[in-house]
Amino acid sequence: MKNNNPALKRFVKLPDVKKRVIKLSEKTIEKTQIATLFFSEIGEFFLFLFHTIKETFSRSFEFKEFLRQCYQIGNRTLPLISVTGLVIGLVLTIQSRPVLADFGAVSLLPGMVAVSIIREMGPVITALICAGRIGSGMGAELGSMKVTEQIDAMEVSSTNPMRFLVVTRVLAATLMIPILVLYADALGIMGSWAGANIKGDVPFVLFFSQAFSAVGFTDFLPAVVKTFFFGAAIGIIGCYKGYTAGRGTESVGKAATSAVVLSSLFVIIIDLIAVQITDVLY
Amino acid sequence: MENRTQIAAGIELPGPGRIIARNKTVSWNKPVRPEHVIEIDNLGKGFDNDPVLKNLSLKLYNGENLVVLGKSGSGKSVLIKCIIRLLLPDQGTIKVFGQNVNELTGKGLAEMREKIGFLFQSGALYDSMTVKENLEFPLKRIKKNLSRKEIDEKVAEALDNVGLGETLYKMPSELSGGMRKRVSLARTIVVDPMIMLYDEPTTGLDPVTSDEISSLINDVQDKYKTSSIIITHDIECARATADRIIMVKDGEVYKEGSIEEFVNSTDAFIRSFFK
Repeated sequence: MKNNNPALKRFVKLPDVKKRVIKLSEKTIEKTQIATLFFSEIGEFFLFLFHTIKETFSRSFEFKEFLRQCYQIGNRTLPLISVTGLVIGLVLTIQSRPVLADFGAVSLLPGMVAVSIIREMGPVITALICAGRIGSGMGAELGSMKVTEQIDAMEVSSTNPMRFLVVTRVLAATLMIPILVLYADALGIMGSWAGANIKGDVPFVLFFSQAFSAVGFTDFLPAVVKTFFFGAAIGIIGCYKGYTAGRGTESVGKAATSAVVLSSLFVIIIDLIAVQITDVLY
Repeated sequence: MENRTQIAAGIELPGPGRIIARNKTVSWNKPVRPEHVIEIDNLGKGFDNDPVLKNLSLKLYNGENLVVLGKSGSGKSVLIKCIIRLLLPDQGTIKVFGQNVNELTGKGLAEMREKIGFLFQSGALYDSMTVKENLEFPLKRIKKNLSRKEIDEKVAEALDNVGLGETLYKMPSELSGGMRKRVSLARTIVVDPMIMLYDEPTTGLDPVTSDEISSLINDVQDKYKTSSIIITHDIECARATADRIIMVKDGEVYKEGSIEEFVNSTDAFIRSFFK
């Protein structure tokens, strides 16, 4: 509707006001575009998640590919997780021992380290390493398959790429990351025992019996449960970023990077939520 | 009056004496006319409000090699991706063996795709699989009741047909560009498609390898009795393979005819291709 207010017309004619109005409208358009992109990305992600869940429960399951992915995930991350798990336990023990010694509570060391590793350090650090190793791998692999038309080739070969590529990877990550976390926890406690023996002589059996007597069911179960969510998040984000990569080779790198960043962020967010929920149990 | 004719590819013809068979001499009681296996009518497709194909119509006849020529970006690849439903058209109809592709879903779409072989521009071999596994992949999914022995025989036969029988256990990364294209072609023909869609089969290859690929396309047509659409801007490939040529310009059919008609054309745009 046309505005006939002469005062308003004079106001708008002022050069400074005109410039400001133009600048403001440009900024508004820019912000709206960013918001639209953000929300459409979220919408696309949930649509992808919905399709993945739908295909997970479809009749034909690619079991062979699922096993291959489980092996790939384990094979890719095992050496890295072995070293990290061992080092966490070792460092945690070496750092904590002097403080506990000041209070004359060195005997609490095995229990304290075990609880720290099982509740928090083991799951989160293992998940972050997996986010880097597996998330980037999935993003880059699916991204390059998209660029080189391998996903299209699969589709024309009467194969559902979502079922073959995405479902198998997400399920493999969901299953394997808890196993890797348990392995890292075990190695962490071993590392701690090694650390305790640097400045003392602690028998293996005594150390482990003290460590496990401090760990309760409420420490162990929530920590394991959250690792399934870590695995699912890493798998789904890695696959989503790879599967929706652009057509150029540059997009493969972008997909891998954003898969790592987003899945690491999601691991931390899930951990925060899990801590809030499990706080009730402790 | 009874005509005896050879049905080149297995399509169902109308009227009495219907038959679905390859290489069979059958009785037919009326003059045989060429049957189309693909019929495209007023096809339109655009990306981000930018039209790529505009009202494109064409027919692919039974047993012919149809070459679609055109400049890069003229919508040739989009055309064949719409045929196999990797892309959904904005307008128009595509009929494959009389079935509207746009209306197919699930099992119907899978069955239609089983009849069509698609040779991708990049070859699109699965990097994580050996050549043998690449060929087995579609075979196990499309021809589900084959025994292990039959699968091995079909894989070996397809590879022999492209002259690469010795590459069975090699990874795609160990193959040259031309070998990858040939393995990709073997992967396509291993499932006995009735229609072949070639997306720039000679792009990025040297002239000698390009000639080899062109003659392989003709061999596939002779041996498997396929009807083919060959997307290319390689004139030598078009000369070697075309029964009929369609030139696409700005998303529309610019000219249709035989190779001779194109070679002898005085049209400036066509001359720019056939210099």
